[in-house]
Amino acid sequence: MSTRTDSGTPLLMVRDLVVHHGQLQAVSGISLTVFPGEVYALIGANGAGKSTLLRTIAGLNHPSAGSISYDGKDVTGLRPEKRAAAGIVMVPEGRRLFPSLSLEDNLKVGMSYARKGPWNISRVYDLFPWMKERRGQKTAQMSGGEQQSVAIGRALVANPRLLLLDELSLGLAPVIVQRIYAMLPQVLESGITVLLVEQDVSQALRVATHLQCLLEGHTTLEGTPAEVTREQVEAAYFGVSDGSNT
Amino acid sequence: MAWVNAIIQGLLTGGLYALFACGLSLMFGVMKVVNLAHGDLATVAGYIAVGIIAVSHVPVLWSIPIVVVLMAVLGYILQRSIIQAAITRGELTTLIVTFGLSIIIENGLQQFFTANSRGLGVGDSFITASFSIGSQISIAYLNLGIFVLAVVVLLGLQQYLSRSKYGRLIRAVADDREAAQLSGADYRHVFGIAAAIAFGTVAIAGICEGMITTISPTIGTDTILLFAFASVVIGGLGSLWGTLLGGVVLGVAQAVGAQINGSWETLAGYAVFLLVLVVRPQGLTSRGVQS
Repeated sequence: MSTRTDSGTPLLMVRDLVVHHGQLQAVSGISLTVFPGEVYALIGANGAGKSTLLRTIAGLNHPSAGSISYDGKDVTGLRPEKRAAAGIVMVPEGRRLFPSLSLEDNLKVGMSYARKGPWNISRVYDLFPWMKERRGQKTAQMSGGEQQSVAIGRALVANPRLLLLDELSLGLAPVIVQRIYAMLPQVLESGITVLLVEQDVSQALRVATHLQCLLEGHTTLEGTPAEVTREQVEAAYFGVSDGSNT
Repeated sequence: MAWVNAIIQGLLTGGLYALFACGLSLMFGVMKVVNLAHGDLATVAGYIAVGIIAVSHVPVLWSIPIVVVLMAVLGYILQRSIIQAAITRGELTTLIVTFGLSIIIENGLQQFFTANSRGLGVGDSFITASFSIGSQISIAYLNLGIFVLAVVVLLGLQQYLSRSKYGRLIRAVADDREAAQLSGADYRHVFGIAAAIAFGTVAIAGICEGMITTISPTIGTDTILLFAFASVVIGGLGSLWGTLLGGVVLGVAQAVGAQINGSWETLAGYAVFLLVLVVRPQGLTSRGVQS
C-alpha cells in the first residue's frame, strides 16, 4: 500500500459507493483507488457485488450514495456513453457483442466514438491474428473464447485510459482463459490502466498488481499479491472469520 | 391474359405497400416501437405536400424532397420527446402514446382540411400515360415509377444500414442498447436518427398514395397502417426485402381477388395475411436481421 501513492495522482477514485438492485443492497460503501499503470483486481464469490461495482463505474448502474471521480473530475452523474468518450471503457460480462453484425462491424462500432491513441482495427488483428481471416463472419457463430477476444478488441479500439474487464474467464476453459489473458502485457504497454473483476482467484493473483476482495458488498481484504497470503485470500473470499481481515 | 394483367398490377401496387411498411418495420426493429400513428403520419405528409404545392406551385415531384426533410426533422423531434419518454415507461406505453397521437392527427386533419378527400395532381401527361404489352396489359408510368421508387428506397436503406457509421450504430443499438452505450453511442440520438429515416420513408409513402389515389384524414389507419402491418407480417419482421415481398404478395392477392370478384379485393388480401400467420407466423423471409 505504502509505495502505491508514489505513482502520482490516481486515475480513478471511488468513495463510499452504495448501489441498490431494487430492495437489495449490492454494494455497501466500497472505496477504491486505482493509479495509472496498475492492474487492479476485484475478486470475490458470486453475489459479492463486483460486477455491480464495475457497471456503476462504467455508468450503467446508478449509485444511491458515494462518488466516483476519474482523472480528477467527478463523473458520478455522467452518462455511460460520455464516460466511454472520456476513456472509461468496459468489456461487459457475457461479452455482449452485436450478434447481427460481422466481427469487423463490431470493431467499427467500438471505433465510432474513439479517442485518439495507438489502437485501431489492424493493431487488434495483430494482437489476435485469427481475426483477420474471419472479419466478415457473424460473431454468433464463434466460440466463447473468440467472442471474448472480439469484445476485448471492441473495447481497445476506443483507446481507453481505463479498461474495465468484467469476468473474462466466465464460461471458458482454463487454457482459453490463459490465452486471453496473454494479451494483457501488450495492453499495459500501450499505457492502458486495467480494473478487472474475477471469480478465478488464481488467475487474478497471476496478473494483478493490486487486489481487493469483496464479500456481500463489503471489502474484506486489500493489498498487493505479495502482501497477502493464500490463507488470507481464502478467508476473505469465503467470509471465514480468522482474524486476518483488514 | 386478364390474369397476367391482374398479377402485374398487383405487383406494382406491392411497391407502394412496401413503402407504407418499411418505416413501420424499421421503428419496430430498432426501438421495439409499434407506431400506431404510422399511417396518419403518412397522411400528414400528403397534406403537407398539398399545402406546399398550393402555396408555392412547385410540381408534385419537387415537393417530395421538401416533405421528406420536414418529416425527418419531425421524426427526430417526436422520437427524442414523447416517444422516448414512452419507451422509458415500457412497451405498452408506446402503444398507448402512438394510438393517442393517431387520434390527435386524424381529428386535427379533419378540423383543418375537412373530411373531403384530396389528390395530388401529377399532371395529366404522367398520371394517365401508360404503355401496353400485347392487347390487354397496360402499365401506367405512375405505378411503375412508384414501384421503382420503392425499390430504390429499400436499396438505399439497406446500403445505409450496412455501410454507414450511423447505419452500423442503428443495427448495434437494435442488438444491444447497453453494449452500444459502452462504445460511446448515445442510443437516444441513434433512435432519433432511425425515426428520422422511418419518417422520411413515411413521407414518400404518403405522397405516393396521394398521387395514385386520394388522401383523406382517416385513410391513415383505415388503409395505410393496416396494409403496412399486413406487408410486414407476410414478409417477416426486420427484413427489408421481406417487406417488399410482403407488399408484393399482398398487392397480388388483392388484384387477383378483384379479378375473381370485384368485391373480393380487400378480402383476398387479408385471407393471404391470415394464411401466412397460420402457416408461417415468422413471415416468408424468416431471417431476424436487416440486410
